[in-house]
Amino acid sequence: MAVIEVTKDNFEAEVLQSEVPVLADFNAEWCGPCKSMRPMLDELAEGNADYKIVSINIDDEDELAEDYDVTSIPCLVVFKGGEEVNRSVGLIPRDAIAALVEG
Amino acid sequence: MYDIIVIGAGPAGMTAAIYARRAAKSVLVLEALSYGGQILNTPDIENYPVEAHISGFDFSTKVYEQTKALGAELVFEKAVELREENGIKVVITPKNRYEAKAVILATGSENRKLGLADEDTLVGRGISYCATCDGNFYRKKVVAVVGGGNTALEDALYLADLAEKVYLIHRRDSFRGEETSVERLKEKGNVEFVYNANVTKLIAEKRLKAIEVTDKVDGSVRTIELNGLFIAVGRVPENQNFASLVQLDDAGYVMAGEDCHTSCDGVFVAGDNRTKALRQLVTATADGAMAATEAAKYINSL
Repeated sequence: MAVIEVTKDNFEAEVLQSEVPVLADFNAEWCGPCKSMRPMLDELAEGNADYKIVSINIDDEDELAEDYDVTSIPCLVVFKGGEEVNRSVGLIPRDAIAALVEG
Repeated sequence: MYDIIVIGAGPAGMTAAIYARRAAKSVLVLEALSYGGQILNTPDIENYPVEAHISGFDFSTKVYEQTKALGAELVFEKAVELREENGIKVVITPKNRYEAKAVILATGSENRKLGLADEDTLVGRGISYCATCDGNFYRKKVVAVVGGGNTALEDALYLADLAEKVYLIHRRDSFRGEETSVERLKEKGNVEFVYNANVTKLIAEKRLKAIEVTDKVDGSVRTIELNGLFIAVGRVPENQNFASLVQLDDAGYVMAGEDCHTSCDGVFVAGDNRTKALRQLVTATADGAMAATEAAKYINSL
């Protein structure tokens, strides 16, 4: 499964109502570390059905960023059953991303 | 066994790999995170020759592609130890052990922390080390900048145009940074200078709510309510894992001159983690070229 682009219109359905855990990547076009992390997220999203990965552009979706208190990006937030269960801020290696959502 | 192992895939390390490949040496680059390093945080590079404007990400990606095209191998593993066994250099990562005739240390530096309780957990919840990255989250809010160098002053100037109020907290009574920046800050009207003071406590409730600031002169403690704290108290080189083999200065930088030779034969250093007067993109890449050339010379002499 590819990384899904999420806006406030499909956030409820894709993230909060998801049956599998969701790794939400809050990012922006101007954020270099976010861009460097994206290929790792693409790779993790492909070939796994245990969780899904969504991308949220904080400039377009400032309400979502505000709702989830995102004040520094890249920011990865893990949701299970509609609740935040884990979070990491800053560029982290691929294995650490996987551990965040799998752990 | 490789001819050369480069530790760190920032501009210095990748340039070293380019020069080493062009000297026909086999090269392994080990990187803990992702290629690019600190320059990834720079949205617009304006002082590197050839391009008037390029983002740190685009710059890094171009250098990465150049490095790969020349045949350098890149592996994303963190080098946790460097040792010498019978004249061979051995680099240990959590997963593997690699051998080389020569090693180039290009690990760069990381943000210096204040060292306060909860500092790590509040990063992204009110604490930031990068005003240009995170400033936008604090429009019309109250923020503080800690530090006294140029980075702190530039951060405060940047934030003064966005935030409702900026406190600038410095442990001395005058700034190390440029006087013109200090004058511009004084003209801003929404910047309050807090001199001779240390941030001594972070007060949080899910996210940062306030800080305690202690006056160094009279010991009085003041609580400042705020939304964001930007920490700009310098950077620390990432050389701890190599300290047993190469000599470091008091601040932790690998001691080496322009030729990038360290105290250990066959180990070279390139970029921000070397003792030097100017830490810039252009001096990092210059170091990469020098270190690789010297490493190739060393290998040819074996």
